Amino acid sequence: MLETILFIVFPYLAVILGVVGIIYRYRTDQFSLTSLSSQFLETDLQFWGSTLWHYGIIPTLLIHLGGFTLPRVMAALHSTPETLYLAELAGKVMGIMALVGAAALLYRRLSSSRIRAITTPMDWIVLVLLFTQVFLGMTIAFSYRWGATWFIHTVTPWVGSLSVFQPQTKYVTALPWIPKLHFLNGFLLFALVPYSRLVHIINFPLTYLWRRYQLVIWARRKAS
Amino acid sequence: MKIRSQVSMVFHLDKCIGCHTCSLACKNIWTDRQGAEYMWWNNVETKPGVGFPTLWEDQEKYNGGWELKNAGKEPRLNLKLQNRLQALGNLFSNPSMPTMSEYYEPWTYKYEDLINSPLGDDQPIARAISRIDGKPIDIETGPNWDDDLGGSNIYAVNDPLLKNMSEEEKRRLFSIEQLFYFYVPRICNHCLNAACVAACPSGAIYKRAEDGIVLVNQDKCRGWRMCVSGCPYKKTYYNWSTGKSEKCILCYPRLETGQAPACFHSCVGRIRYLGVLLYDADQVETAVEVPDEQLVQRQREMILDPFDPQVIAAAEESGIPAGVIEAAQQSPVYRYVKEWELALPLHPEFRTLPMLFYVPPLLPVISSTQESGAQRTESDLFSSLESARVPVRFMSHMLSAGNDAPVIKAYQRMIAVRLYKRAETVGDVSNEEAAAALTKAGMSAGDAEAIYRLTSLPTHQQRFVIPPSSRESAIEQVQDPQQHKAETGFGRRQAPHRGL
Repeated sequence: MLETILFIVFPYLAVILGVVGIIYRYRTDQFSLTSLSSQFLETDLQFWGSTLWHYGIIPTLLIHLGGFTLPRVMAALHSTPETLYLAELAGKVMGIMALVGAAALLYRRLSSSRIRAITTPMDWIVLVLLFTQVFLGMTIAFSYRWGATWFIHTVTPWVGSLSVFQPQTKYVTALPWIPKLHFLNGFLLFALVPYSRLVHIINFPLTYLWRRYQLVIWARRKAS
Repeated sequence: MKIRSQVSMVFHLDKCIGCHTCSLACKNIWTDRQGAEYMWWNNVETKPGVGFPTLWEDQEKYNGGWELKNAGKEPRLNLKLQNRLQALGNLFSNPSMPTMSEYYEPWTYKYEDLINSPLGDDQPIARAISRIDGKPIDIETGPNWDDDLGGSNIYAVNDPLLKNMSEEEKRRLFSIEQLFYFYVPRICNHCLNAACVAACPSGAIYKRAEDGIVLVNQDKCRGWRMCVSGCPYKKTYYNWSTGKSEKCILCYPRLETGQAPACFHSCVGRIRYLGVLLYDADQVETAVEVPDEQLVQRQREMILDPFDPQVIAAAEESGIPAGVIEAAQQSPVYRYVKEWELALPLHPEFRTLPMLFYVPPLLPVISSTQESGAQRTESDLFSSLESARVPVRFMSHMLSAGNDAPVIKAYQRMIAVRLYKRAETVGDVSNEEAAAALTKAGMSAGDAEAIYRLTSLPTHQQRFVIPPSSRESAIEQVQDPQQHKAETGFGRRQAPHRGL
């Protein structure tokens, strides 16, 4: 019963809350779609914290996403011991970067009174959950090694079964509690995206790479 | 030929008395909100001085504006800040962003202490507290902290313009008899090749095609602050409370209802002129791909003669309403910039094609040639322009990318106008001398009279020739401009607030 709630009901609920929330917020409150940068008020720790965090977490997230969507490719990528070692090493380096970055951002929020003045309770919730998530991820990486391979046989089929609406908990129930906590916290964070500053992840401005430099807009005519 | 109209501006620096009325008019209307307290969409700086934010002219420090590579053949224009790929890489921490310490920490006073203090032997005081975290602060800097300190060895000596001058010239500039200072009021230049527009990763900043006003779409802005770094004039500001960038909107709700912008309207010295310029939009790119010394000339070339039948025909074809063309013909800006060549763009070497022009101040030039404090208006003023080399070079590094010729030409004309009027009204200058001055400056007595009239005796309607906004294209025209105060100029019904 508990397993059904934790590994079927909760993930579905989180995804619905997240997706519906993102669409609603994007359509009704574009003004709030910002990362609420506080670099203006404090820049030194912000550089180290934010840069390490983002450069660590974005590839990590993409690799997780690859594990869900392209398991065969991922499996082929670390089919030899050498590539597996490399994957493990790269994952740990990025994880440590993210962890150090998150720690710096936590410290920054605690130590600077200017930053504290503009911090909301949700900022704290999100930052602590993110730190916890990376910490749990690193614990898994160090104590249950070769996650690159066992991921594909546990998490991937579980998430796959959820995505085709034939949920199966058997793939993950036997795992230790630390990975389980990592999964649940991950879904919780997904649910929080539209209700916190995390919403800024939908903003990545890829179109900047090819758009025209100068933008001229007519009130009643198409741009020329 | 693709013709567009641009609401442009001229500030006559000889008339600026540095009273900051413009700054306050702007502040009271647009930036008296949390997160915007430190912003001065209009500010007045003392030159020589460090400006606001500190040393904004130093692009080695801030990396604003454009950079021209390969000026001779195959010129390439890049943002000095970063290329497009670097922009994505720098999203998480902007490397060239001025922080609060380069502006100042906004403060207020704890007035309630004056009333609530317990009875005691000492007079209660209202301490300064930060408007960010509410803690007591020691005020160390503020807006216009270098006001009037033109000879200061803390501020003025650090003016970035001075690095173009030799030690000897600097010594002369700061010797006590030669000290001068003047004021430079600054608002957004509403550039044609705006670096803030180009730097914005989300494409939130745009130029309104009808009047050329550069605006930040608050709904599209994602708070990456690249515009703050990209703008070499540091005239976009980051609102630390809402997480969005904001800038001067040239009071477009006022313009659309036929009123001059607040800073123009309130100007005590009546230094400000506003009018339409017609320009060739196809030339924007080529006009900035020339060496520094040609920039002023090229910018003037792309501004078109609104009386030329060919230009009128092309403008109508480009969809410019007849009323706007008519306004362009009456534009005081056209006369100062193109016809008389008195007004020059601020730092054209940033290559953004700023559309705010300055008439250089004559006073520092004249005073630097005087032996004693006595006013002297004999004709040798003319030859003295050459002996006033140092202040002229200071001006040319500010207003024409280091090219003395356009500045000297403007000064010759201003001096000629003075001599001409002096001969007419006082009589201690002979008519021959005045005529010689006019000839040397290359203009007729009619021109001199017109310059004199528009400089000294202009009416409100002559200073501000506001183009009519077509009702079918002006969105905000039917709304009460006062209502925009609550909307903070962004057309929003809800007051902007910090996100979740």
